[in-house]
Formats: sequence, structure tokens, C-alpha cells
Amino acid sequence: MEALSIEGTAKTPSVKFDGQEGVIEIKGRSIPENSIEFYKPLVEWLEEYSGTPLDLTQVNVQLEYFNTSSSKCILDVFKKLEAIHKGKSEVIINWYYEEDDEDMLEAGEDYESIIRVPFKMIEIVE
Amino acid sequence: MSFDVYEYYSKLNGGDVLMSFKGNISSELISNVLEVVESKMDEYNESSKIRKKVYNVLVESLQNLYHHIEELPDEMNKEYGSKFGILVIRQEENMYKISTGNFISQDKVDVLRNKIDKINSMGKEELKDMYKFILNHQRLSEKGGGGLGLVDIARKTGNQLEYTFEKFDDIYYFFNLDVYIDFSQ
Repeated sequence: MEALSIEGTAKTPSVKFDGQEGVIEIKGRSIPENSIEFYKPLVEWLEEYSGTPLDLTQVNVQLEYFNTSSSKCILDVFKKLEAIHKGKSEVIINWYYEEDDEDMLEAGEDYESIIRVPFKMIEIVE
Repeated sequence: MSFDVYEYYSKLNGGDVLMSFKGNISSELISNVLEVVESKMDEYNESSKIRKKVYNVLVESLQNLYHHIEELPDEMNKEYGSKFGILVIRQEENMYKISTGNFISQDKVDVLRNKIDKINSMGKEELKDMYKFILNHQRLSEKGGGGLGLVDIARKTGNQLEYTFEKFDDIYYFFNLDVYIDFSQ
């Protein structure tokens, strides 16, 4: 299936979803006023990918900022991943946060407690 | 006598003001404000922790305005312009203060007041549970608001949300919200 690639902007993250490699990346800032539009193709891509996922899907989420509008859409993305993980395929979510950014770590832990997918919290040390 | 928005705004503008604005709260305005504040915080050599908190709280404050500003009647639009809101960011002793204000119709005052009072009565763990509950159970509105902004602000600042509702006329109140971010986190 075709990869999904979106360049980042001041208010939206860069996205690289690669079905051949089983690597999914969301990086940067996610602070649009209305995030539904932005996240729609991501959720749709995962819907299609969930038909024939690889044995292991690695998810890298490295956000500098995200707003509460995005937080719900990110949960929708994770719910799709949870559905994949419930099947035969394995999914790992790597949640990156910058050194000292306790809020971002806590945000990752919030998701970890809602979504039944293994999370790995990774501190980025400068 | 009705509440004087301009007098209120000019009072807020005393002291060490990082940025202030009154007028149409558009998506472009939000982008511009964020850019300016980010570069000012760089100039001030603010720690990345405080910088991020201020940025996050500012995003939520401005987008709360953006999502909740009401259509005003023509005669008020003439005076204030459409989508009118105010923003003042001040540096005070040991803290940043982000003040926002907007008109709100009387019938919405109680709901908002109750929501803020509830948030203010909660501790860290309760706020976390409330955030997760709303995140998991409430759908986004068409405009993209999710009812999480104030809870998120309270969680990130760890401070009470201070507010007033000033009577403007028979239908409208002016809602002022002050959010504090401590320097020592």
C-alpha cells in the first residue's frame, strides 16, 4: 500500500506512514484550531493498513506541542493501532519527550492508561 | 452602567506587558501571537520548561476564544468588530499572567461558571481523571473544540483559574479569565 507522507507546518506535524516497513511517524507540532480535517487521512490510512498489517508495527510519536483539539484525534489514531494490536500483529508505540518536559511524559502516560498497546517512553536528551 | 471593555483592557495593559491584543480572534492572529511570544521567550532566555508551559497555555487560551466567541448583534459588531476578544500577557513577580476576555450571552454564564468552579475545586489526580474521561468519552465539536481546554490549562499550571463575569447589557456579559504560570516549576 502507498505510503502517507505529509510535510510539517507551524501548526501541523510531519507525518510518515510506511506500510512496507511497518513504521509510522508523527513529529513536530500539532496545534491546529480544528484537527479533525488534518487527522482524517491518517485514520483512513490506518484503517486500510489494518487489513494487512506487518507482524510488527513501530509507531514513533515525537511531538513538541499538541493542543487539546489534537489530543482527541491522536486518541483516534491510537485506537486504530489498538485494533491492529488486538489481532495477530504486534504494535509498539514509542512516545518521545524532551528532557524535563514532564507535561509531555504525563500526556503519554494518559494515553498508555487508556490504550491497550505497549508504550515505550523515550526521553530525548540534548 | 455597563461594563467598559476598553477601560478594563487599558488597566490590564499596565506593568510589564509581553503582548496585548484586542480585536478579531482569527486563526492567523493566533499564529502571529504564538510566533511573537515564542521569539520573546527566546529573547528572555526563559527555561524550556516555562516556555513550553506558557506556549501550551496560550494555545489553549486563544483557541478557547476562537471556538467559543459568539456572533454579536450588529450594533455591537459595529463597535467591537466581529469575533471580538482580548488578550494580554504580562510578566508579574514570579509568574506570567495570561488574561483573555470575550462577550458571552447570559444563558451560558452559569454553565461556564459551574465548570470553572468544579475545575478549581479539584486536585491534581482528579483533574487528570477528568481530562482522561473527557478525552475518551466526548466527541469533538464540528469546529474542533473538545471541552478539554480549561481542564488542560488547570493541569498544566497547577493554579486556580481566576475569572469574572461583568454585566454588559441585558443579554451579554463580559467574561474575563486570568491564568497564572509560576516561574518556579
